[in-house]
Amino acid sequence: MSRINDFIKFNLNETTRKSIAEYLWIGGSGMDLRSKARTLPEPVTDPAKLPLWNFDGSSTDQAPGDDSEVILRPQAIFRDPFRGGSNILVMCDTYTPAGDPIPTNKRFSADKIFNHPDVAAEEPWFGIEQEYTLLQKDTKWPLGWPVGGFPGPQGPYYCGVGADKSFGRDIVDAHYKACLYAGINISGINGEVMPAQWEFQVGPATGISAGDQLWVARYILERITEIAGVVLSFDPKPIPGDWNGAGAHTNYSTKSMRNDGGIDVIRKAIEKLGLRHEQHIAAYGEGNDRRLTGRHETADINSFSWGVANRGASIRVGRDTEKAGKGYFEDRRPASNMDPYVVTSMIAETTILWKP
Amino acid sequence: MSLLNDLVNLNLCDVTEKVIAEYIWIGGSGMDMRSKARTLPGPESNPSKLPKWNYDGSSTEQATGDNSEVIIYPQAIFRDPFRRGRNMLVMCDTYTPTGDPIPTNKRFIADKIFSHPDVVAEEPWYGIEQEYTLFQKDTKWPLGWPVGGFPAPQGPYYCGVGSDKAFGRDIVDAHYKACLFAGINISGINGEVMPGQWEFQVGPVTGISSGDQVWMARYILERITEIAGAVLSFDPKPVLGDWNGAGAHTNYSTKSMRNDGGIEVINEAIEKLSKRHKEHIAAYGKGNERRLTGLHETADINTFSWGVANRGASVRVGRDTEKEGKGYFEDRRPSSNMDPYVVTSMIAETTILWKP
Repeated sequence: MSRINDFIKFNLNETTRKSIAEYLWIGGSGMDLRSKARTLPEPVTDPAKLPLWNFDGSSTDQAPGDDSEVILRPQAIFRDPFRGGSNILVMCDTYTPAGDPIPTNKRFSADKIFNHPDVAAEEPWFGIEQEYTLLQKDTKWPLGWPVGGFPGPQGPYYCGVGADKSFGRDIVDAHYKACLYAGINISGINGEVMPAQWEFQVGPATGISAGDQLWVARYILERITEIAGVVLSFDPKPIPGDWNGAGAHTNYSTKSMRNDGGIDVIRKAIEKLGLRHEQHIAAYGEGNDRRLTGRHETADINSFSWGVANRGASIRVGRDTEKAGKGYFEDRRPASNMDPYVVTSMIAETTILWKP
Repeated sequence: MSLLNDLVNLNLCDVTEKVIAEYIWIGGSGMDMRSKARTLPGPESNPSKLPKWNYDGSSTEQATGDNSEVIIYPQAIFRDPFRRGRNMLVMCDTYTPTGDPIPTNKRFIADKIFSHPDVVAEEPWYGIEQEYTLFQKDTKWPLGWPVGGFPAPQGPYYCGVGSDKAFGRDIVDAHYKACLFAGINISGINGEVMPGQWEFQVGPVTGISSGDQVWMARYILERITEIAGAVLSFDPKPVLGDWNGAGAHTNYSTKSMRNDGGIEVINEAIEKLSKRHKEHIAAYGKGNERRLTGLHETADINTFSWGVANRGASVRVGRDTEKEGKGYFEDRRPSSNMDPYVVTSMIAETTILWKP
């Protein structure tokens, strides 16, 4: 395998100016990532200078067979950690040939919200805590769990160390460095409460960039689990019973919240969110009802609550923020399979634009 | 899998100034180590300049769910042998949000003792001999032992060589170099009397730093056994019967003991220790009664004894020290699962501060 790997790692910079661009997009289910690559005559760093492309939408549930072309519009460029050199990953969104966003394109409406002058003026920052579970490839049972059985109960695994407590760290560590290399603002990682469950955080990222970075981080993670021969799951409650679910807690602040007196702005924002609880929940990920039970450090899906340092609430305000009188808050409701374009723009819309 | 390792070993120095800091702390049981990582904007060598952080104490039995934040204070920095580059491992201790040490934080009290002017003046040195046992992951039986049975009796294994006598040397050797890379003052390693059992020594190290280095060495060892797929045990008597237990003999000296006439100071110190035998034993590790039987090179737990070159005594003075009239002595009572912060500070407190 070493000779195959030598080719994969080949540095073409000495032989050619050409670079490879891997175009990424979100498929018809809203969670399946797709990608294909093309050769560019020379390195490109500005997404606006990249060519539009297209793909067969009839193969991804995004177009009928007799009118199958879906157009890819490059939106963000990252360094390719797999190909190295001047090669790139390109996050795209999806349009009809006539130029309209197709229904599954959530980035388009998010971008409109983030471009609204009132929202732009508030410089909304997001820090997203993406949880996920690693599964054994053939059994679809969590990595490290005995096939046909269960590991010891939760307790030792959160931030745990050791062969009996931590399953899949090499994937997590490879992902951390790959994302830093790519230019994603990955701020940390930790082992989660359920064994074989992990978390990485992306942020703070401003506006639409949070969604771009999180989607590319998910793509890189899926590529790495592919190399490792392990299956990646973003299901919010992969194992029923006394096992934690997987969420995507979304930390949020605006310029006003970060400035002196911000704590009042935060309170008002949380109030507004409380008035639109059902609408947010509906957009916060499929299957979240299996996860938001009120147990396992979640708030019940039907009630809205908030508290300082309270991990059983819908929204948590950190002690730092309470003490400083300004800062940010954490919306703990989104599921691990949420669409960050939807969640981030909806939080901005409700707290900045919406009037009760 | 080489591609995965390439990513894990990626050198980010050319691509970004950012560094990864793994914050490490001791969990609710007093022996479980926990860690999580964060991205820092640049390298840092002074622990007091690193940001404080926090974690979910309700997941480590150190806080309740409605008031779950435990604050971690960076106390010592080591180079990260796993991520290399300028990345770091950070030994932390644990506080409430109001700044008080939480009950399991033994470092805080130790640090007070080591900061006492009388103790500081004596420059207490420690050399800790950490023994441990390696276990097979799924059977929880010692590494190299036949499943469902026993190896030949003790005899050939102490410092032994050969596949029928040394089990797990790659773990031990990897750990040795990793610790040296990290900046830990690891002074040696050897195979122990029981097969599958090993020892490393950390020292001489002054004051509180001894505890920091031993805990960090333990963390690195658990990370390495995790990679190797073996389970690490600090149990003081892992297998009942005619098999040695595991200890953490603590070698100790003060400035006065190291100077001419030190042998008198040593004798006085040992006297004081004999008068507080019960208090020390109570703090020297759980389950020690299974180990300190008077057999297998231990002293019986209920009696205090000392002697020159006597491995069956509670405290042993080396022949070198006796001959030169100065030096150090070895407290053989602590078990492998002792807390070095507790043991080192207690020895200093009893011998330097305590008056009978």
